[in-house]
Amino acid sequence: MNDHTVKSYDEELTHLTSIIARMGGMAEAQLSSAVQALANRDDDLAQRVVAGDARVDELDQEVQSFAVRLLALRQPMAGDLRQIVGALNISGEIERIGDYAANLAKRCLILNHLPVTASVAGVVRLAELVRALVKDILDAYLERDLEKAIQVWGRDEEVDSMYNGVFHELIGQMTMDSGTITAATHLLFIAKNIERIGDHATNIAEALHFQILGTQPQGLRPKGDTLGVPE
Amino acid sequence: MNMVQPQGTAKVRSRGLDVFYGEKQALFGVDLDIRAGEVTALIGPSGCGKSTFLRCINRMNDLVDGARVAGSLTLDGDDIYDRSVDVVQLRAKVGMVFQKPNPFPKSIYDNVAYGPRIHGKAADQSELDEIVMTSLEKAGLLKEVKDRLQESGTGLSGGQQQRLCIARAIAVEPEIVLMDEPCSALDPIATAKVEELIDELRENYTIVIVTHSMQQAARVSQRTAFFHLGKLIEVGDTEQIFTNPQEPLTQGYITGRFG
Repeated sequence: MNDHTVKSYDEELTHLTSIIARMGGMAEAQLSSAVQALANRDDDLAQRVVAGDARVDELDQEVQSFAVRLLALRQPMAGDLRQIVGALNISGEIERIGDYAANLAKRCLILNHLPVTASVAGVVRLAELVRALVKDILDAYLERDLEKAIQVWGRDEEVDSMYNGVFHELIGQMTMDSGTITAATHLLFIAKNIERIGDHATNIAEALHFQILGTQPQGLRPKGDTLGVPE
Repeated sequence: MNMVQPQGTAKVRSRGLDVFYGEKQALFGVDLDIRAGEVTALIGPSGCGKSTFLRCINRMNDLVDGARVAGSLTLDGDDIYDRSVDVVQLRAKVGMVFQKPNPFPKSIYDNVAYGPRIHGKAADQSELDEIVMTSLEKAGLLKEVKDRLQESGTGLSGGQQQRLCIARAIAVEPEIVLMDEPCSALDPIATAKVEELIDELRENYTIVIVTHSMQQAARVSQRTAFFHLGKLIEVGDTEQIFTNPQEPLTQGYITGRFG
């Protein structure tokens, strides 16, 4: 696509994307640190993650107000319109990812001080998978890589199935040893939050698909076992 | 009141329409359906042929020296350029509103009564009065002028003059109203009134509007056709054209990335 006749418009669109790039990088780092804090029982790191969420929220606010300004002043059409609406949506999704990372860190701070704990290995593996999806979808956004976005969209099934595995594993631990119930329950919530982060990565993939092509991805996403319980 | 065909049927249909001004070709093989009971917006950069297309529909181009039309252009299936067509009758069926409001230097009443008089639409004075009042009412102007119908039309504000011209155009009960940048000389409030009027008029008329304002095309039309260098590049539902155009040229034009 050619540049706009009005150059400052291009600069503004680039600026919008760059805020999201910073925000995405920050949310990804938050998630990464939170998982590290969980694996290493690192209170300091967990506290930094909890404190760091405010910065992600600020960037979300920055995207929202800048996008509204562009809508009002440039009256964008077609691809530009979709890009700005996409930025609004994607920023909201990243903000939620940041929230879940902060929540994960908060639970870490509790888990680290429980006398008995449950195995975190499964949760850490799930987190690694989801972190990779978040990284891929943010790369896809910056590179406007539709193919990569569709791959992320398709891989949510993997997340769901791994989440189911972790869920059953934790239930198993609780059944075997009732002393692990408190810790394992926190880990269940953590696993659920991580699984939710995967959903947000998928939502970003859908928003990016719309931004690039003007349509939603076709076909229903294959859905893993829902654990036989309502969501 | 003329009956409007079911919405969506082609009122005007062009197939392979070429227009030449002397040596210069202004339109190249345009295939376009103007649907009944809808507002169709024609957009594109200056010189793209959108006004030329508009002016073919009521044969305004006949007035241009050296203008020549090839291909087919029909109104309700009848060839607009057939030798047997009475151009005066055609223009009664296909009214037009221009960029600059151009009321006659006559009273408000006479401006609107002019068409019905020459076309013999009224049997007597009271019938003529009724046509004038109804037309002013439909044009959303009656309230503002009912106490000064004998004052000159040229004394009205620009927006009122444009609505007077619309009242004049619809007084002869046309089936189609062509509008060539009808708001480009108006302020935003007068523009909004004309746009509201266009929206109301489409219940009874088929409307084709040429506009340089993309926002206006988006606001008032159901279908949008994009012209470039004499060719029809893309036509579709207005919503689709402005959110997800299929042609790169359309996308380039409406997002301001041209040339």
